[in-house]
Amino acid sequence: MRVRLLVGILIACLVPVGFWASAGAQAPKTLIIAIGADQTGLDPQTVQNNESGFVMSTIFDSLVSYKLGTSIPAPGLAESWTISRDGRVYTFKLRHGVSFHDGTPMNAHTVAEDLDRAINPSNPCYVLARKGVDTYDDFTFGSVKEGNVAKMEVVDDYTLRFTLPKPNAPFLSSLAMVWQGIMSPTATKKYNCDASQHPVGTGPFKFVEAVRNDHITVEANPAYWGGRPKVDRIIFQIVPESATRMLKLERNEVQILADVPPSDYARVTGNPQLRLYTQPGLTILYVAMSNDRGPFVDPRVRQAMNYAVDKEAINKGLYGGATTASQGIPPVLWGYNPAVKPYPYDPAKAKSLLQAAGYPNGFTTEMMVYANPRGYNPVGGAKLGEAVQGYLAKVGVNVKITQYEWGAYLNKIRHTEYEGFAICGWSGDNGDPDNFLGDLFEWDEAANHWRINNCSRHHNPAFDRLIRQGREVTDQAKRTQIYMEANRILHDDAPGIFINHTNQVRAARASVRGFVLNPLQMFFHMERVSLE
Amino acid sequence: MIASAVRARDEGPPPRAAGRHGPLAWRRLRRSPHLLAGLAIVVGILGAAALAPVIAPYSPIDQAFSDQLRPPSWAHLFGTDEFGRDIFSRVLYGARIALAVGFLADGIALAAGVALGLVAGYFGGRVDAVVMRCVDVLLAFPYLLLAMIVVAILGPGLSNAMIAIGIVYAPQFARVVRGAVLAVRGQEFVEAAGAVGAGSGRILLRHVLPNVISPTLVMATLTVGFAIVETAGLSFLGLGASPPTPEWGSMLATGRSYMLTAPWIATFPGLAILVTVIGFNLAGDGLRDLLDPRLRGTL
Amino acid sequence: MAAYIARRLVQLVPVLLGISVLVFVGMHIVPGDVAQMLAGEKGTAADVQRIRHQLGLDRPLYVQYGAFLLGAVRGDFGISLRTRQPVFWEIMQALPTTVELSCAALLFAVGAGLALGLLAARYPRTLLDAGAMTGVLVGVSMPVFWTGILLLLVFGGLLGWFPLGSMLDEGMRYHRITGMPLLDGLLTGDLAVVASNLRHLVLPAVALGATSMATIARMARSTMLEVLGLDYIRTARAKGLAEPSVVGRHALRNALLPVVTVVGLQLGLLLSGAVLTETIFALPGLGRLAITSVLARDYPVVQGVVIVGAGIFVLANLLVDVLYAYLDPRIRYQ
Repeated sequence: MRVRLLVGILIACLVPVGFWASAGAQAPKTLIIAIGADQTGLDPQTVQNNESGFVMSTIFDSLVSYKLGTSIPAPGLAESWTISRDGRVYTFKLRHGVSFHDGTPMNAHTVAEDLDRAINPSNPCYVLARKGVDTYDDFTFGSVKEGNVAKMEVVDDYTLRFTLPKPNAPFLSSLAMVWQGIMSPTATKKYNCDASQHPVGTGPFKFVEAVRNDHITVEANPAYWGGRPKVDRIIFQIVPESATRMLKLERNEVQILADVPPSDYARVTGNPQLRLYTQPGLTILYVAMSNDRGPFVDPRVRQAMNYAVDKEAINKGLYGGATTASQGIPPVLWGYNPAVKPYPYDPAKAKSLLQAAGYPNGFTTEMMVYANPRGYNPVGGAKLGEAVQGYLAKVGVNVKITQYEWGAYLNKIRHTEYEGFAICGWSGDNGDPDNFLGDLFEWDEAANHWRINNCSRHHNPAFDRLIRQGREVTDQAKRTQIYMEANRILHDDAPGIFINHTNQVRAARASVRGFVLNPLQMFFHMERVSLE
Repeated sequence: MIASAVRARDEGPPPRAAGRHGPLAWRRLRRSPHLLAGLAIVVGILGAAALAPVIAPYSPIDQAFSDQLRPPSWAHLFGTDEFGRDIFSRVLYGARIALAVGFLADGIALAAGVALGLVAGYFGGRVDAVVMRCVDVLLAFPYLLLAMIVVAILGPGLSNAMIAIGIVYAPQFARVVRGAVLAVRGQEFVEAAGAVGAGSGRILLRHVLPNVISPTLVMATLTVGFAIVETAGLSFLGLGASPPTPEWGSMLATGRSYMLTAPWIATFPGLAILVTVIGFNLAGDGLRDLLDPRLRGTL
Repeated sequence: MAAYIARRLVQLVPVLLGISVLVFVGMHIVPGDVAQMLAGEKGTAADVQRIRHQLGLDRPLYVQYGAFLLGAVRGDFGISLRTRQPVFWEIMQALPTTVELSCAALLFAVGAGLALGLLAARYPRTLLDAGAMTGVLVGVSMPVFWTGILLLLVFGGLLGWFPLGSMLDEGMRYHRITGMPLLDGLLTGDLAVVASNLRHLVLPAVALGATSMATIARMARSTMLEVLGLDYIRTARAKGLAEPSVVGRHALRNALLPVVTVVGLQLGLLLSGAVLTETIFALPGLGRLAITSVLARDYPVVQGVVIVGAGIFVLANLLVDVLYAYLDPRIRYQ
């Protein structure tokens, strides 16, 4: 009797061991990435923030992709393309044998069906007709309202053609953005035009679940055209606090950190189980000055401001070694002019320039800042403002800082003719120099108004001419020359205090292999990542 | 005690006839360790705040990137922060801000609350009902949510945070004061005074007011501590002070990111808040025990 | 009893209405352009106009309030500006977490508070008593966000005894019925989920409940001391009843009444503290939703969260009052 009891107990103990063993054999390989905030929707056409982009870059493909680790266009869902001589007609040949995660075949018809909602106002799911969406459609295809939108036609089952009203060389780069990922039209129809909570793409990973403010899970797509993913699942875990993220990485509770504050760099590099990944970022950060108001109308004053601030110290101390800026685009982008160097720290020169401009005792002015960190400014506007304020005070320029909440801040710098300083910056959208120089420093001749993101209201006709030219010419070498000259002019104009280009920095466990950063900061090509 | 706790919840503390406190109070003060300890701490903090420009070895806003994130040492008693600023100096100057915020927010709450409570309690009837309904609505909010709405309306900033906290506490004062007024109104000596021909003003002043002073004073003392903590909380969430203000709550928020690499940035402001609040709590408790121990269930 | 409850429920209506007016008006006086913020850095002026029109922000205020009220009555609080999902849905995703956290904190506060307070009353004026009361003083004075940070750093970070935030281990899935992993785990028999959730709740519950625990402890001690000194207790002791019986049957029930009052007063602190605690421990609850929405100017969500939060607070207070009336019949007849 007792023996039977003992045997029974023994067997009962073995059962969980059996489960544990079999579970161990089949445990899925899970890669956990820690991000700082939740996604706000996973439909590429209707969201624009980084966290949503991170997840979407694993679920969707675009027509064009970026070459691994760069912002140079490469084949995506389109395996090749031709551009007409006048630079207006783009013909794409699509891959064969690719399907969306829900089984819908990917071909010119289905891709056109999805992109139609971006450019056709009579499409029932027209993106701009939906409440409050953020979209890059105007940016990529042109504006329907202004009548300069691209025309799309399906030439045959696997050929798609776009005709642009004017040559627009950045078009290819724009198509490669994660924000032009192709969503299955079946899903869009099924969920009443809003599949943002049930995304279906062609990418290396399929959407599984999203728990609000907690995590998003995607699982491998074994039939992916780019190769079977080497991990079975990716979980994007939302951890708002950077110190906690660091601890979790050290304990292997997460394997990749999507961003690392400069104060933690040493902790990562000093730990043999961790690896720090850095790449010069596709960003620019500067302290804009009101070029048409106040003392800043005189270019000598603007240059004096550049001499007055010790950018190297700020970039090393606050930004953990970001590259000091000297012109309008970062060094990683083609069109950068290596002959143009940053303004050195020279308070004496600053004072003498101020004197020559008629301000021997300096002057008083204001600065607008925001608090929250941005992709191009990881420490936030307020901190940079404080740092700059300190240096300017030493040459007699007294700055009063006012902090605004982000929405109010945007409103002020874009729609009011403020006088003084403002913290401005930019993350590149598509890896094209026009995206920086045009958007940030061009004066719209036709509308006789500064372009909306031209914080400093910079207006230089020679510069503007070059920018317009750069959009029309499709020859890469010629465009490079044009932008290098534009950058030289911009440096001398000094519309703002050039601060830096932040490095894109991520941290991962040493066991993570095949992980490559790219300038757009998105998690492209995650099918190549494996865990030892 | 138990029954009085119930009544006090709705009506406020029981009344006492106006009297002189004189030598009896002084003896009681000396025998009340809570009050003495609390007052000692409060005076200490007031002193630190007042003498900050003299004691502080550095300016609280001077940056020095070469001195970033240094641990506590003889040169920098509390270490330095990510800008190279001396934390000891910032904590000292932070005391000024904390006390200013505490007293001002308290003052706003006091002024508004006492006025409302007096009006509601004295005039009664419809006025009372309207005022108390409004007070009920305000009291229906958990304090932080109410403060967040006010700050969302007015915009982030220290003064707006102060106003928000003042609005949050005004209803509490109103309720306490109204209760005290109601308790007195029903007393015979007030009716007698009215019968003899004393005007409302005189009744308010000679009979109602002294009754109201004790609970109000206790509440005011305790509220300074709460106001300091809650404003720090708002700053911690990003709704309060802006740079380069050395406010304890925002220092804690910044320090949080550096908890692993430089824990002193958050620890010392946190300790400062703790000590200050202990001081005001002790003083408030001691004051309450001294003036009217029967308040113990209600405040 | 039923009449008392009914009376109190009726009194709730004007209060809730007042809350809705306050919140709605408040969110619409905000400076700064919501439409501009939604359009973001890369939006054009045309985008801003379009968004403003789509959200009905160009209609007069009273029209907007009317539409809002009609919707709110049906449970439709509008659409989140950030995520374009129904506000009600966003709130329902977050609410169970906050409820679970608050209940855990309340349990800790009442349990530990009573234990501490009664123990101190049992051995008054001893070292234990002094130690307990000092601990109480510190507990009441510690800002909840600092307590949270310290607990997370020391017990989660340095000692590694507890996890570093969130509700469950990474990648753990559970069948969502109520949204509270503890309950859902029990209902589906998934004990791993229950165990994981319990481990994750310890630090936040302690951080959130610490202040309340201190207040309850102090209250319990003083009422217990008072009751123990009353006549009927002396009579019980004189009759020769054993001490546990004296304390347990006679003193306890009367000592608990003011504690119930104090618990009611603590609820507001708990809900407010939840905002700070959820931020520190990265719990996906209502508090976190509130602060994210305020910072993002997502005013429909702020409206919804504040109304729901205040509503819960009011209802919880009602529950406490009813409990009090049940325990002390004298109240019912007021």
